[in-house]
Amino acid sequence: MSAIEPTPSDTPIRNQLVAGRVRSAWIFLTPMLVTLIIVAAWPLARSIWFSLTDASLLHYPEAKFIGLGNYYYSKTITMDSGATTTTMKGVLVDGAWWNAVWNTIRFGLVSVLLETLLGMAVALVLNAEFKGRGIVRAAILVPWAIPTVVSAKMWGWMLNDQLGIINDLLLRMHVISEKIAWAADANYSMIAIVAVDTWKTVPFMALLILAGLQQVPGDVYEAASIDGVHPIKVFWKITLPLIRPALMVAVIFRLLDALRIFDLVYILTPNSSQTKTMSVISRENMFDFDKLGYGSAESTLLFLVLLVMVTLYMKLGRVNFDGGVQ
Amino acid sequence: MANIQLKNVKKSFGAVNVIKGVDLDIRQGEFMVFVGPSGCGKSTLLRLVAGLEDITSGTLSFDGKVVNALPPSERGIAMVFQSYALYPHMTVYQNMAFGMKLAKSSPDEIDKRVRKAADMLQIGQYLDRLPKQLSGGQRQRVAIGRAIVRDPKVFLFDEPLSNLDAALRVATRLEIAKLHHAMGKTTMIYVTHDQVEAMTLADRICVLRDGLVEQVGTPLELYEKPANLFVAGFIGSPKMNFFNGNFADAYKAHTIGVRSEHMEFVSRGGWQGKVIHAEKMGSDTYSFVDVGSAEPVIIREIGTSRHDIDAKVAIAPVDGKVHRFNEQGKAI
Amino acid sequence: MKKPWYQVTAFYAFVIFVVVQAVFPFYYAIITSFKSGTALFEITYLPTTFSLQNYYDVLFKGNGTFLQNLWNSVWVASVTVVVALFIGTTAAYALSRVKFRGRGVLLMTILGVSMFPQVAVLAGLFEVIQGLGIYNTDWSLIFSYTIFTLPFTVWVLTTFMRDLPVELEEAAIVDGATPWVIVTKIFLPLMWPALVTTGLLAFIAAWNEYLFALTFTASNNAARTVPVGIALLSGSDSHEIPWGLIMAASVLVTVPLIVLVLIFQKKIIAGLTAGGVKG
Repeated sequence: MSAIEPTPSDTPIRNQLVAGRVRSAWIFLTPMLVTLIIVAAWPLARSIWFSLTDASLLHYPEAKFIGLGNYYYSKTITMDSGATTTTMKGVLVDGAWWNAVWNTIRFGLVSVLLETLLGMAVALVLNAEFKGRGIVRAAILVPWAIPTVVSAKMWGWMLNDQLGIINDLLLRMHVISEKIAWAADANYSMIAIVAVDTWKTVPFMALLILAGLQQVPGDVYEAASIDGVHPIKVFWKITLPLIRPALMVAVIFRLLDALRIFDLVYILTPNSSQTKTMSVISRENMFDFDKLGYGSAESTLLFLVLLVMVTLYMKLGRVNFDGGVQ
Repeated sequence: MANIQLKNVKKSFGAVNVIKGVDLDIRQGEFMVFVGPSGCGKSTLLRLVAGLEDITSGTLSFDGKVVNALPPSERGIAMVFQSYALYPHMTVYQNMAFGMKLAKSSPDEIDKRVRKAADMLQIGQYLDRLPKQLSGGQRQRVAIGRAIVRDPKVFLFDEPLSNLDAALRVATRLEIAKLHHAMGKTTMIYVTHDQVEAMTLADRICVLRDGLVEQVGTPLELYEKPANLFVAGFIGSPKMNFFNGNFADAYKAHTIGVRSEHMEFVSRGGWQGKVIHAEKMGSDTYSFVDVGSAEPVIIREIGTSRHDIDAKVAIAPVDGKVHRFNEQGKAI
Repeated sequence: MKKPWYQVTAFYAFVIFVVVQAVFPFYYAIITSFKSGTALFEITYLPTTFSLQNYYDVLFKGNGTFLQNLWNSVWVASVTVVVALFIGTTAAYALSRVKFRGRGVLLMTILGVSMFPQVAVLAGLFEVIQGLGIYNTDWSLIFSYTIFTLPFTVWVLTTFMRDLPVELEEAAIVDGATPWVIVTKIFLPLMWPALVTTGLLAFIAAWNEYLFALTFTASNNAARTVPVGIALLSGSDSHEIPWGLIMAASVLVTVPLIVLVLIFQKKIIAGLTAGGVKG
C-alpha cells in the first residue's frame, strides 16, 4: 500500500504479547528463585564449604580451610629411630561411616523391595472390584497419615520387650519362644526398622502403582480373557510391562527417600550402631560431637550419592525437558 | 472495519515451518473462510492474525498499519474459540463484561453493550447463569456475545461449530450468517475444515494446504474454476471425478476432472462400464460406475436412478464441463 | 464365571489382613492412651479401661508445654503452606504456561531440590539461621521448611495448571488480560481444589518434620513443634518411659491428620500421584 515498506519483511518483529509473557514469567519466577537460593542453594554451598574446613559448632565463623582433610588425610611420622608410622584419617577411612553406609544401603534395598512387592499386591487388590473397596482404600491411608515420629513411638511401644503386644502375639502363636527386645537388641533392630518403614510406606507405593494400573485400558484385559489367557500370565505379560515405567519411577522415588531416612531410626533405635544411617551419623557428628566440618563431609557424600540417583530418576522417569513429566 | 493484508507471512515452530509464505488481502466487511485439511495451517494463520502467535517473518497490516508487534487486545479483534472458552466461574454477564471491565469502561457503558449483545443473540434470560448451566448451543451464543461486546473491527472464528450436533450446526450457521449481515462493516475470518460451512458462509474462501494458499475466491469461483487439482478435489461433495491416461489424452490434458452432476448416462459412445453401487438419497441418486479408471466414477441423477446394479452402461461428461489439468496439477 | 470359594476366601482374608495391619497400631495407641497406672502393664487386645488421665496430664501438666508445641506446629505448618502457595502459584503459572529458554532445566532443578537429603543443607542452614538471629524460634522452621514445601508446591501446581484449557487463557488474552490478571482472576478461582490438595500435603509434610525441628528448636521448649515434643516427652520418673502420656499425645496430633486425610482422600491421592509419578 504505502510506497515505503515500514519494515523489511524478513526482519522478525516480536509480538509484544509473546515478549511480555516471557518477561512476566521471569518476574513471576523471581520470588521462588530468590527463596530457593536462600533456603537451598546457599546453605548447600555453605555445607559443602564446611566439609572442607575444620568448622565446629561454636567456632564455625572462624573455620579454617583444610582441603579434603575431612574426607581423607594421611600423615607419616618419622620417629627418632628412623621408623615411620602412617596414620590415615577422614570419612573415607572411617569404619563408623562405612558401617552407616552399609546400614543405609541394606535398609534401602530391603525395605524398597518389600514395599514394592507388598505395594503391588495391595494395588492389585484395590484395582479389583469388590464390596468395601472404599473402606480398604481409606484404611491403608492411615499409616501414611501418621507422623513418622508418632509411628516410631507407637511401634516402639508395640515392640517393647516386656510390655509389647507384638511379643505377646508371637508367643501366643508360638512363632517365638521368648520375648525379644526388637528395638534394643542388635540382632533385631534392623528388622524392626524395616518392618515399621514398610508398614508406613506400603500405602504410598500401593497408591502410586494403583495409579499406573488404572491407566491400563480395561479392554486389554477383556481381550486377554476372551483369548483365555491365564490370569498369572496376564499379569506377567500384560500388566507388568504396561505399568513398568510408573513402577520404575516409584521405586527410584522411594529409594531416594529411603536413603535419606532419619527420624524413624533416630527415635525407634537411638544409638544403635546396627541401624545408624548416613543421615543419622552425619547429624550426630555435626551437632552432638561438635564436628561440623566432619559431619558436613558425610552429608556432602550422601548428597552426591543422591544426586547420581536423582539423575537416574529423571532419565528413567522420561522427564521431558520442556514440559515436565509427560 | 478493517482491511487486512498479509505479505509473505511465515511461521515456524522451531524447525517446523507451518506457514510457508502467505500473501492475502482481506477486504473490509468481508466474510473470509480459511479452509483446508487438518494440519494445513489454517488455525495457525488465524492465530497469527489474532496475535496469539508470533509472526516469524513477513508483515501483517490492518488498514495499512503493520500490527505484527501489537498484542491481541490492541488489534481490535474478537475471537470465538472451538471449545467456547467461557470462564467457568463467571456468569454469562460477567463473561461478556470481562474484557470491557479490564479496559476500564464505565459500568453503564458495559451494561448497555452487554444487554444489547444479549438481545441480539436472545440470551438475555441467561445472563445470571454459569456456563455449566447452559446447553452447548447456548454456550456458543454466549461466546459469540462475548466477542460482539468487544465491538471488534475483526471477528475471528476458530472452528466454532465443530462441537455442536448436526442440527444445531445448521441453525448456528444461519445465526452466524445473520450476524455477518447485521455487523456489515466488521471483517470476519472463519476457520473450518468443513467445506459445506465454507461454501455457505463465505464471501470469499481461502483454501490452504501445507502452509500455502492454494486458491482464493468466491465459493462459486472455486467450484466452477478450481485453480488446481487439490482445490478441485477439496471443494464439492461428492468429490470431483478424476481421470488420467487415455481418458485425459482425449482432452489434451494430463488429468481431467468432472463433477458428478456433469456426468451423464449416454445411449451411444462415451465410456463403457458397469454400475457397481448406488446411493439413493431420495432427491438424488449417486451411481458408482466402473469404467476402468483409477476410482469408480460417481454420477448424480435427479430423483431415482433407472440403472440397476451390475447393469452395463455408457457414460460421458457434459460438454464444456470438463476441468483440465497439466502434469503439475494446475488448471489449463 | 464364578470364582471358586477358596479363591474368594483367600482374597477376602488378604483384604482383612491389609485393613487390620493398617489400622491396628493406631487402634492400639488409642486403647493404650485410655489406660493409666498399672493397667498399662497388662497386654490387652480390647479396650479395658477408659481413663482420660493421660490426656489431662499431657495437655495441662508440665506448664502447658504440649499445648504450646501444638500451637507451634499449627502456626509453623500454616505459615509455611501459605508462603509456599503464594510464591508457588505464580511460579507454577510461568513454568506451565509460558515457553521460555531454560524452562526444562528449571523444572528439573525444582524436582531435584524436592528430593534433596535434608541433612545435606543442615550445616549451611544452621549458619544462615544463626546469622538471621532466628535460631531456636519458630521462624527458623518456617524458613527451613520452605526447602521442601516450595519445590513440592511448585511441581504439583505446575502439573495441575498444565491441564487447564489453553483456549481459556487465550480468551482472556484477547480480552486484554495481563498474566497477573490471568493468574488471579481466571486461574486461581479454578484452582481451588488443586490449592487445597497441595496445601494439605505441604501442611502434613511440615507438621511431620523432625530433623530441622530437632536441630533448630530442640533447646527451646517454647519453640518446639509436636514431633520434637513427643520425642522428648518424659514422665515424672526419669527411668520410666511414660507410654500412656506418649500415646495420648500421639493420638492428639494424629487424629486431626487422619480426619483431614479421610475427608480429602480422593484429592490427596490425586496430589500424591501428580507429585510423584505421572506416566
